[in-house]
Amino acid sequence: MKIMVNGTAREVAADTLAEALVALGHGGETVATALNEAFVPAGARARTPLSPGDRIEIVAPRQGG
Amino acid sequence: MVTFHGTTLPSRLMLGTAQYPSPSVLAEAFRRSGAGVATVSVRREAAGGEAGAFWDLVRELGVRLLPNTAGCHSSREAVTTARMARELFGTNWIKLEVIGHADTLQPDPWGLVEAARELCADGFEVFPYTTEDLVLAEKLLDAGCEVLMPWGAPIGTGLGLANRYGLRSLRAQFPDVPMVVDAGLGRPSQAAEAMEMGFDAVLLNTAVARAEDPAAMAEGFARAVEAGRLGYEAGAMEPRDMAAPSTPLIGKAFLA
Repeated sequence: MKIMVNGTAREVAADTLAEALVALGHGGETVATALNEAFVPAGARARTPLSPGDRIEIVAPRQGG
Repeated sequence: MVTFHGTTLPSRLMLGTAQYPSPSVLAEAFRRSGAGVATVSVRREAAGGEAGAFWDLVRELGVRLLPNTAGCHSSREAVTTARMARELFGTNWIKLEVIGHADTLQPDPWGLVEAARELCADGFEVFPYTTEDLVLAEKLLDAGCEVLMPWGAPIGTGLGLANRYGLRSLRAQFPDVPMVVDAGLGRPSQAAEAMEMGFDAVLLNTAVARAEDPAAMAEGFARAVEAGRLGYEAGAMEPRDMAAPSTPLIGKAFLA
């Protein structure tokens, strides 16, 4: 299905947020996620279903002031 | 030693991690600064991105992490960012930024208070990036904040303490609230001045990262922060308009 990943449209074969992360290559990485602008804890990703058009954000530690 | 949210820190200098010429310069700047806190952020990550290397570098610094919500323009965005940061960095500390004005990056007072209330209720230990406004300070404390982070001047300007009267008033009105002057500092003397005014710590980034020699500037700030704090604790003399000789007049030889 087509979803928005960090602002870019992507075709992803996944039923849940956890599956989408693996499909997108984030399986082993330290990332945090939000679905449709709401935070989804790591432990809840496997039971968070995705629907076409969903917007997911995948973030990681970065430099900051 | 200074304590924020029950955590005692070895230094009154907090340092940002952005804009350094290289990771090794960042690490050297932290070493010479003696800073006990590093600010960090969360940003979009592409698969196989650069975040892993930065995360390793930050952990090796061995300092307490203070994630920020930089760039957020609404309370909702800031709250979600804070929750993502808490999970990533494993800390309840959050430097809460809700920006209200594009040119000055001035905090949005209403959004800031709204986000602070939600995050405090959710167990966060909030460091709100605020102005020197007394009423806003009161509202942030009412919202559950135990620390305030008033700006020295707009982020990245290096202008120093743009509103000394406002900062003095804020310090005087809330003598028991730990306060960090955050943003706008460009030179060590400005950090010393903030510390002489009785602020508990300073937080800066650009002044060190964009110096010609960041590590040397980091040490310069560290010494200035210590000097300023000692000046505050020692109790400075009151200035006066007329000269007063420091050498005793009594006993001076009569040679005229």
